[in-house]
Amino acid sequence: MDPTQASSQQAASRTAILGAARPRYGEKLIRVILFAFALVSVLTTTGIIVSLLGNTIDFFDVVSIWDYITGGEWSPLFSDPKFGVWPLVNGTLLVTAVALVVAIPLGLGTAIYLSEYASRRVRKAIKPFLELLAGIPTIVFGYFALTYFTPVVLKQFLGIEVGSFNALSAGIIMGFMVLPTIASVSEDGMSAVPASLREGAYGLGASKLQVSLRIVFPAALSGIVAAIVLGVSRAIGETMIVLIAGGQIPNTGIDPREAFETMTAFIAATGKGDVPTGSIGYQTIFAVGFTLFVITLLLNAVSIRFVRKYRQVYE
Amino acid sequence: MTDLDPPDTSTGHAAITPRALQVREPAPTDLASRERIFSIEDVTISYSGKAAVRDIAFPIYKNEITALIGPSGCGKTTLLRALNRMNDLIPTAKVEGKVFYHDIDLYDSAVDPVQVRKRIGMVFQKPNPFPKSIYDNIAFGPRVLGMKGDMDSIVESALRKGALWDEVKDRLKTNAFGMSGGQQQRLCIARALAIEPDVILMDEPCSALDPISTGRIEDLMDELRADYSIVIVTHNMQQAARVSDMTAFFTVELGQDDSRTGRVVEYDATEKIFTSPSDPRTEAYVTGKVG
Repeated sequence: MDPTQASSQQAASRTAILGAARPRYGEKLIRVILFAFALVSVLTTTGIIVSLLGNTIDFFDVVSIWDYITGGEWSPLFSDPKFGVWPLVNGTLLVTAVALVVAIPLGLGTAIYLSEYASRRVRKAIKPFLELLAGIPTIVFGYFALTYFTPVVLKQFLGIEVGSFNALSAGIIMGFMVLPTIASVSEDGMSAVPASLREGAYGLGASKLQVSLRIVFPAALSGIVAAIVLGVSRAIGETMIVLIAGGQIPNTGIDPREAFETMTAFIAATGKGDVPTGSIGYQTIFAVGFTLFVITLLLNAVSIRFVRKYRQVYE
Repeated sequence: MTDLDPPDTSTGHAAITPRALQVREPAPTDLASRERIFSIEDVTISYSGKAAVRDIAFPIYKNEITALIGPSGCGKTTLLRALNRMNDLIPTAKVEGKVFYHDIDLYDSAVDPVQVRKRIGMVFQKPNPFPKSIYDNIAFGPRVLGMKGDMDSIVESALRKGALWDEVKDRLKTNAFGMSGGQQQRLCIARALAIEPDVILMDEPCSALDPISTGRIEDLMDELRADYSIVIVTHNMQQAARVSDMTAFFTVELGQDDSRTGRVVEYDATEKIFTSPSDPRTEAYVTGKVG
């Protein structure tokens, strides 16, 4: 054996030390399976959009988009149908606004308390209740609003003149439904603010409230905005509370003491009714669903821009 | 140094001692004539009942730089944080004994920790600028304390004292995170100076910085000595030798139950600690034989 051959053999055997002991087919298989899992959500989203789009396009063959947006009157199932979607959008916005007036202050207050003030023991005691509140089915919230909150709390206790179905009761109860989402997501954001920033502020003679509001809150802003957006999305998409306690009367007013109908309540009520498949009444369900989808999408896009602009990056 | 290297005892000693002699002139020997800013009396600080430092007692003098040195885990930082009640933020921490600031017992029930921290500022191990502009970082303290006066000139004066003004005067509104690590740390010092404190506590302020930035901060400390009293925790013995007037050397005592408790072995003029320490443990540490 000549010396060069010997040394090349030696090199090859040395490489073999670091080579794989046997081919790992399993790893490739797992990679493929996991990719398929990830693909499921992509396909689902695409499928939903496509199914919405088909019927929505059919709907807008009959009704002009202009009338749909500016019409101002919604009576698609009447013999003389009107297809102005604004009353439904108005109902959704109204009840969402009431919900947020309740949920944002309570949710952020809860988050600041849990993240900055509460001792570990108190936090451990409060969090399960928050999670319990988040776990209550919305239909329970709906009947609670209709059969207890409206007649007992609003009418008897607070003496407010409201109809049996009204946006005030539905909105407030929806606010309690959204509260745990806002509280726990924004608390996560605040807890993630490094302790070194708090110490820096305390070291300058700041009080607890000043540290919470001027250091922690702005530093956690992106998490807080994400929490609110999540809350708004839940409120806009919420169906059961508004279906049960809303009254299903399309309303363009902004008085929350009156009955109203939201986009989701219309879809649910019409969908379980007896509109024949393929009729214009049936297609309105998809058109309204698509509208809801577009509104939520816009909301997300705007809030992402907002967060990018105002986010305070620490490290 | 890894386990395989032979213990090298020569270089550490040679590197430290001459610098200590060069830079610092001997502190006045008449200790009684110097004004005390802190008197630490029999202080024991424990976390969840376990003592981190025990029976600490020494004075800290006004307009001097006092260095706390010693191996990791010996409680230097714990003691430092007791001087402005920063340990209050840790629910399990408990301070026993007395810490007098001038003649006020810092742990008296009538003392408000917020008022304490207004007078006794702190600079931390890692630069911790707020995620705000350079201007707002400096203005934060004066604003929360409701200080009167023109904010622009407060900010400028603090940045000048922090030896940072010339570098940042054209970009005061930019985010502080765009600065280098050394600039960030000087910003944190300037931020502490903006509220016109009496004392500045520094917890290893240069441990995350390169030698040039470290040098600038040491120069800055030297200038600040005229107006402030500084207490600095450092792992860098050359730094302690270069900048400080007094040095306290801490060590770790292992208890029978494997608990680790810090104690002060020796407290004296820096020059004496580094050239003729009276305790053999101090000598072993400052010459690099242990630690």
